[in-house]
Amino acid sequence: MASDAPIPAAQLERAGAASLFAAPLAALMRLIDWPMQVLQRLIGERRMAYVFLLPNLVFFSLFVFLPLIINFVFSVTGGAGLFPSERPYVGAQQYAYLFDCGSFLDPSSCREDHFWRGVSNTVRFTVFQVTAMVLFSLLTAVVLNMKIRARGFFRAVYFFPVLLSPVVVALTWKWILQRDGLLNAAITSLGGERILFLVDPSWAMFWIVFVSIWAHMGFYTLILLAGLQAIPADLYEAAEMDATPRWRVFWRITLPLLWPNMIVVIVLALIRGVQTFDEVFVLTGGGPGTATLMVVHYIYETAFANQVQNFGLAAAASVVLGVVLFALTLAQLAASRRKGAA
Amino acid sequence: MNRLARMAVARRNPGRWHWTDIAAYAYLALGVVLMFGPVLWLGLSSFKTQAGLLEFPPSLLPMSQKEVRIEGQAQPLPLFEVTMEDGSKRVLAQVRRVGIQAQMVDPANPGQIIRVPIDKRTPVREFKLATENYTEPLERFAFMRFLWNSVFVTVVATLITLVINSMAAYALSIYEFRGKTAVMLMVIGTLMIPITIILVPVYLVITELGLVNSLWAVILPGAATPTGVFLLRQYMLTLPRDLIEAARMDKASEWQIYWRIVMPLAMPALAVLAIFSIMWRWNEFLWPLAVLTKTEAYTLQIGLNAFQGELQTQWHYLLAMTVVTLLPVALVFVFLQRFITTGIANTGMK
Repeated sequence: MASDAPIPAAQLERAGAASLFAAPLAALMRLIDWPMQVLQRLIGERRMAYVFLLPNLVFFSLFVFLPLIINFVFSVTGGAGLFPSERPYVGAQQYAYLFDCGSFLDPSSCREDHFWRGVSNTVRFTVFQVTAMVLFSLLTAVVLNMKIRARGFFRAVYFFPVLLSPVVVALTWKWILQRDGLLNAAITSLGGERILFLVDPSWAMFWIVFVSIWAHMGFYTLILLAGLQAIPADLYEAAEMDATPRWRVFWRITLPLLWPNMIVVIVLALIRGVQTFDEVFVLTGGGPGTATLMVVHYIYETAFANQVQNFGLAAAASVVLGVVLFALTLAQLAASRRKGAA
Repeated sequence: MNRLARMAVARRNPGRWHWTDIAAYAYLALGVVLMFGPVLWLGLSSFKTQAGLLEFPPSLLPMSQKEVRIEGQAQPLPLFEVTMEDGSKRVLAQVRRVGIQAQMVDPANPGQIIRVPIDKRTPVREFKLATENYTEPLERFAFMRFLWNSVFVTVVATLITLVINSMAAYALSIYEFRGKTAVMLMVIGTLMIPITIILVPVYLVITELGLVNSLWAVILPGAATPTGVFLLRQYMLTLPRDLIEAARMDKASEWQIYWRIVMPLAMPALAVLAIFSIMWRWNEFLWPLAVLTKTEAYTLQIGLNAFQGELQTQWHYLLAMTVVTLLPVALVFVFLQRFITTGIANTGMK
């Protein structure tokens, strides 16, 4: 996703954020200087590349590659042990258990019904969330791209929740949605009845979709806004000369030229949606019952929070999730290649 | 006034008003309410007393009942405005309530008890910030500990991320060496592996390293970010090669070229990565939740989540602590908004 666009250097130097870290870094670097010189004399200038790569590769192998392999090992072994040597090989048993279903459309017919509850909730959540997210971020980006006053301010308004932590976002909304909260006060003052938003399954699903859009819309809006600003202005000027109606300009010029960015937004939102956990976990705890239990939540509970920690089953579920994410990522790569070609 | 109104509705290109312009401003106005409202409400609520938070419908501002200290009474007494039998109004302090009768005293004349039916009195309220919501958790809970843990994790993890990622980016942008393509592919490949799918095995690695419940368990796994390597490499590729060749001529060692020449020049990209790393680390949730099980090791986010389970009825503390957790990010946003937004627009990362 990284592009070649240079980062505005003059702006960033004013930031001074880097200076907070610059001083301790410089001290560290000076300390390493002498041993590095000795090393370079020993192995030569060109092989220093490997030295520079080493720390990163150690981290990658230890915390990404090795875990990827161990994940498979976990998913084909059983028992309660954490260390692979304590775990007996069981073949595809974990997967068979996970997929043991009467009907895949009905989670309660499955042996591991919580997993399928999670799958079904995650699919529903993702479909609603991505659709609404794309619509609202497109609308917001188009509005922000109009000739409006105080555009920087309004952009900031939509963007700032992106920086809030999921816990803060969830607690902020929990406070508004609770029984005696602001929203219920508004409803009763208009003569309505109080609604227990987080106790009713349909309302709970609605609100986790709403809150996640509230929190992340600014990010997608920015991507679309960047795309809108890249559309040449003379196209619009030509349309204005011809007195083309605005909706037609939107359908015929804006949307087709924005399409590559739209695909990026859709796929990124899908990838994030499938992994939804934080905000939902704090806001509803997966409840009421299992109405908002997500797949990642299931994995977390199975491996860490349940009385009996079932690492094998959690690993098998992670592998399934990983396959889905891999497919989505391939879609993203294909989309961004099209974008590069366009 | 007229000029002000015209200024408010003026557009950059004067001309006819299209209905879409009006719709746009209406949408933006709604956006301001919807986006700022919840956080503003959180901030206002965090200054209400416990009793104030239980009010329904809630008051907008943190109001609480005025209290008065009266000689001979251990506790400060709440003040009420009372409509007397003859229709006059007096401000009295309530000593106690017995059924539907309240025993009140005049603060000016504390000796004489006046009995009043409770429906004849209304509380006297004043604007008051319940700052104890902020000060008490600091003493009563391990809140400072969580704050310190979060700061430690954020600073140390960002330092490590900056150093090892810039080293890798330097190697991948300046040198030609065998296996370079393979390493690049690995970096790109790991871009797509989020912690959510390797939660269990990373936990195993951390256990093997003996780091469970230490802050290093939170810091280390995310330190080598492929996004960071990618961003820095992309930037370093734009640096002039002659500069590096000239430094080699002057007998500078490779390490010196890296930190004396390339690092300062890559400062803009490093700053972007630093800002992102700070945000990631400060807000990180799932992994710390899995690996930190002892209260002493909790970060702010995990501590806050634990509080919301334990303090179901103590929203006054919970809201204040939420505000404290939000503040650093709010400050970062106010000062660095431009860099964050251009950073996202240029890299598409979050």
